Amino acid sequence: MATEANTADDGGLVFHPMDQFIVKPLFSDGPVGMFTITNVTMWMALTVLAIIALLVLGTSKRSTVPGRTQSIAELAYGFVYKMVEDVAGKDGVKFFPYIMTLFMFIVVSNFLGLLPAAFTTTSHIAVTAVMAMAVFIAVTVIGFVKHGAGYLGLFWISAAPLPLRPILALIEVISYFVRPVSHSIRLAGNMMAGHAVIKVFAAFAPMITISVGVGILVTPLSILAITAIYALEVLVAFIQAYVFAILTCVYLKDALHPHH
Amino acid sequence: MEGDVVQMGAYIGAGLACTGMGGAAVGVGHVVGNFLSGALRNPSAAGGQTATMFIGIAFSEALGIFSFLVALLLMFAV
Repeated sequence: MATEANTADDGGLVFHPMDQFIVKPLFSDGPVGMFTITNVTMWMALTVLAIIALLVLGTSKRSTVPGRTQSIAELAYGFVYKMVEDVAGKDGVKFFPYIMTLFMFIVVSNFLGLLPAAFTTTSHIAVTAVMAMAVFIAVTVIGFVKHGAGYLGLFWISAAPLPLRPILALIEVISYFVRPVSHSIRLAGNMMAGHAVIKVFAAFAPMITISVGVGILVTPLSILAITAIYALEVLVAFIQAYVFAILTCVYLKDALHPHH
Repeated sequence: MEGDVVQMGAYIGAGLACTGMGGAAVGVGHVVGNFLSGALRNPSAAGGQTATMFIGIAFSEALGIFSFLVALLLMFAV
């Protein structure tokens, strides 16, 4: 991955589209260790602060006629609560705080990452993989605690004809263990791809300073493209957080009711 | 020299893995299209099924993500 900015003369882009995802230490130039404070740490902290500002400070007054901040906080709470209740069922509601935390963290860090010059923490597989593995381990533990060995009935589909069941069981086991992979890479890949596309168009935007003939066509087109893709990314930022949370609810429902 | 050929093969494979995106696009389009045709027939039932649609999208998108994973592995792990 090119850390040095390429010159436009040798046909390369002005900057590498993946440069925005480099993890840099904030206070030193040394290597990134286990406890180094990096830009990822800073943006995660900002995410948490933003959530606290929205949910804790926003609802601290508890006015009967909610203000703007309180309305958004209530909207977010009601939205996630309804999702958990609809998808995971009534007994999934006691895991609501966990799913609310996941959803708020992902949606706020996605939106903060859309600010210019910001760092998208959810674009790193390391960040999303921790969340997905936590969901996977939690769901497996909940399933075995609630149902014991009966949780393995999740893989033995009694609705299917008997000769098919071993094959289906194999497929179900594979798809069960692939869950954390797809769960984490879906979020990271979507965020990374969107931001990289914006950066590719951003590198084409100053073309008019190099050659007026080509630039008069390319520059307005790429600026329009950045605007359009940015609008799409606002949508994707929310939808991916929603999908992550709703899949957590689906996995939770599987753990609570393995037979169906 | 041999390393260069391996590198070339990895890059070509990573490029070919991008064709998996087309499959994911067809799958997601199929899910949403069928949801829409069903929703227009019975709009009153559509609201409660949006979550199901998103779950379907997520599952069909997962296979596209695996092609992305293959590309990543070829680029950085081979």
